[in-house]
Amino acid sequence: MPSTDLWRLSASELSTLLERREVKAAEVAESVIARIEQAEPELNAFISRTGDAAVRHGSRVDDDRANGAHLSPLAGIPIGIKDIICTKGIRTTAGSKILESYKPPYDATVWSDLRDERTLLVGKTNLDEFAMGSSCENSGYGPTRNPWDTSRVPGGSSGGSAAAVAAGMVPISIGTDTGGSIRQPASLCGVVGLKPTYGLVSRYGLVAFASSLDQAGPMTRSVRDAALVLKTISRYDPRDSTSIPGDRPDYLSGLGRPITGMRFGVIKELSGEGMQPGVVERFQQTLTTINRLGGSVEEVSVPSVTYGIDAYYVITPAEASSNLARYDGTRYGLRVEAPDVLATNRATREAGFGAEVKRRILLGTYVLSSGYYEAWYGTALKLRTQIVRDFEAAFGKVDLLVTPTTPTTAFAIGEKTADPLQMYLNDICTIPANLAGSCGVSIPCGLAAEDGLPVGFQIMGPALAEATMLRAAFALEAEIGFDGSKAMS
Amino acid sequence: MAISSEDVQHVARLARLELTDAEVELFRDQLSAVLERAQRIQQLPLADVPPTAHPVPLTNVWREDVVEPCEMGEPILANAPDRDGEFFRVPRILEDAE
Repeated sequence: MPSTDLWRLSASELSTLLERREVKAAEVAESVIARIEQAEPELNAFISRTGDAAVRHGSRVDDDRANGAHLSPLAGIPIGIKDIICTKGIRTTAGSKILESYKPPYDATVWSDLRDERTLLVGKTNLDEFAMGSSCENSGYGPTRNPWDTSRVPGGSSGGSAAAVAAGMVPISIGTDTGGSIRQPASLCGVVGLKPTYGLVSRYGLVAFASSLDQAGPMTRSVRDAALVLKTISRYDPRDSTSIPGDRPDYLSGLGRPITGMRFGVIKELSGEGMQPGVVERFQQTLTTINRLGGSVEEVSVPSVTYGIDAYYVITPAEASSNLARYDGTRYGLRVEAPDVLATNRATREAGFGAEVKRRILLGTYVLSSGYYEAWYGTALKLRTQIVRDFEAAFGKVDLLVTPTTPTTAFAIGEKTADPLQMYLNDICTIPANLAGSCGVSIPCGLAAEDGLPVGFQIMGPALAEATMLRAAFALEAEIGFDGSKAMS
Repeated sequence: MAISSEDVQHVARLARLELTDAEVELFRDQLSAVLERAQRIQQLPLADVPPTAHPVPLTNVWREDVVEPCEMGEPILANAPDRDGEFFRVPRILEDAE
């Protein structure tokens, strides 16, 4: 393969070539940067780009390797990081104009761990402002477009991370998932996206949206790459008080083992009603694939699951309205000067926040306000318990739960912006895992017959079952043989 | 309509957001649609169910109180919208003491 085509390879493939010293990390970085130059004008997957530094760091990786240093499998692999994850000295906007010139004074643990493994940061990827959205249209820096069809959205909120991976602009990226923000764009862009168990990966340095649900995770073109990245970013972090103590298993060692006898539960309430026929068809076909591989498939009822979206759109705005109170124009971020402090606060927030962020702050303030708190927020927290219990009961019967990741394939840009409720319904299958705190992954399972766009298959496991989930995803991926090359053409 | 224009204006004041009249109307209608759907959960038999604020059963997370170096002074101040040396310049919150 000519070095100019290196951008087409997965992280695992690149890693092998780098370790054998058949290619140089600087060449890999240059190939990826050329691909970004080519595709970025149409896709707008990045808010900031750091290509020059990536090539420089790549050269140092090459020097160290030439000198016999033993390096991580991720050393010299280009990466994109969602622009809601703090990178010291590198602008981090969270997709918001209120943080347009913010340069974090510290690194998020997720990023410092990946940097210590010597991945090469090529840029910060686009997102819905403060990760609030399902289409990447709420970014303060213009929408990202879907590489399969540029008239469509890439999903969100990690739309830039998904599009960049799908289009070959990076082999791996990091997204964050509060209600589906990794899995939904992965589904719409035909890539792998994994939301870890809450507490598995450190939240230190993530710009907070809804703190009891936010998790960072990998977005990749293969299940093996997702496992490789997860291995690096999952650890106990004393800087995150919600980090789960203890060692993490090796997510790679189970890949390739058969799934014979594994029990898969189809969530009855989320198995097809009201969904696009081409999505349901591919989903059903994947269930047949599970059977062919020796796994069993049965229907499982999770009664509270369809109410997840209702609880979610009370709980997350509530947490967001509190978290975003810090943007007041005092210590960092935008300040719009006005005659007094209150007016300055208001003018700053009016100018700095987009419509969706304002909508969620208003909603959150309302459900937390005096007289409404118990009926809205209190009830939503009780429903959350019900979902946790229903998931526990379901995982008593089966090893893993499966659903289509999204009810439809990628929709048109502008199609749902006027109707927030329709936009929110996109996350109906992904939200329950966040509320329960369990893990989920979306893998591409084919193209929908009616529009030729990717369909995602979601696998969910109980808390800390990532290794089992990845083993199942790996077996299915091999059997499905999804071809994502159209997005890379 | 689950919420009124006055409700929207009230929470906007609490949240220190400035809204135009058109925004008040738009948000009233959009938030009402979301809340009207979400109202379904208030009909469920959840009275005896305890709340879950957090999915991980961790309580009282302690660590040793060890002093570590922090080199963030200048990078933090560099993000200030307005500064005076090593101080943040912020909008006045007190009246003149006359």
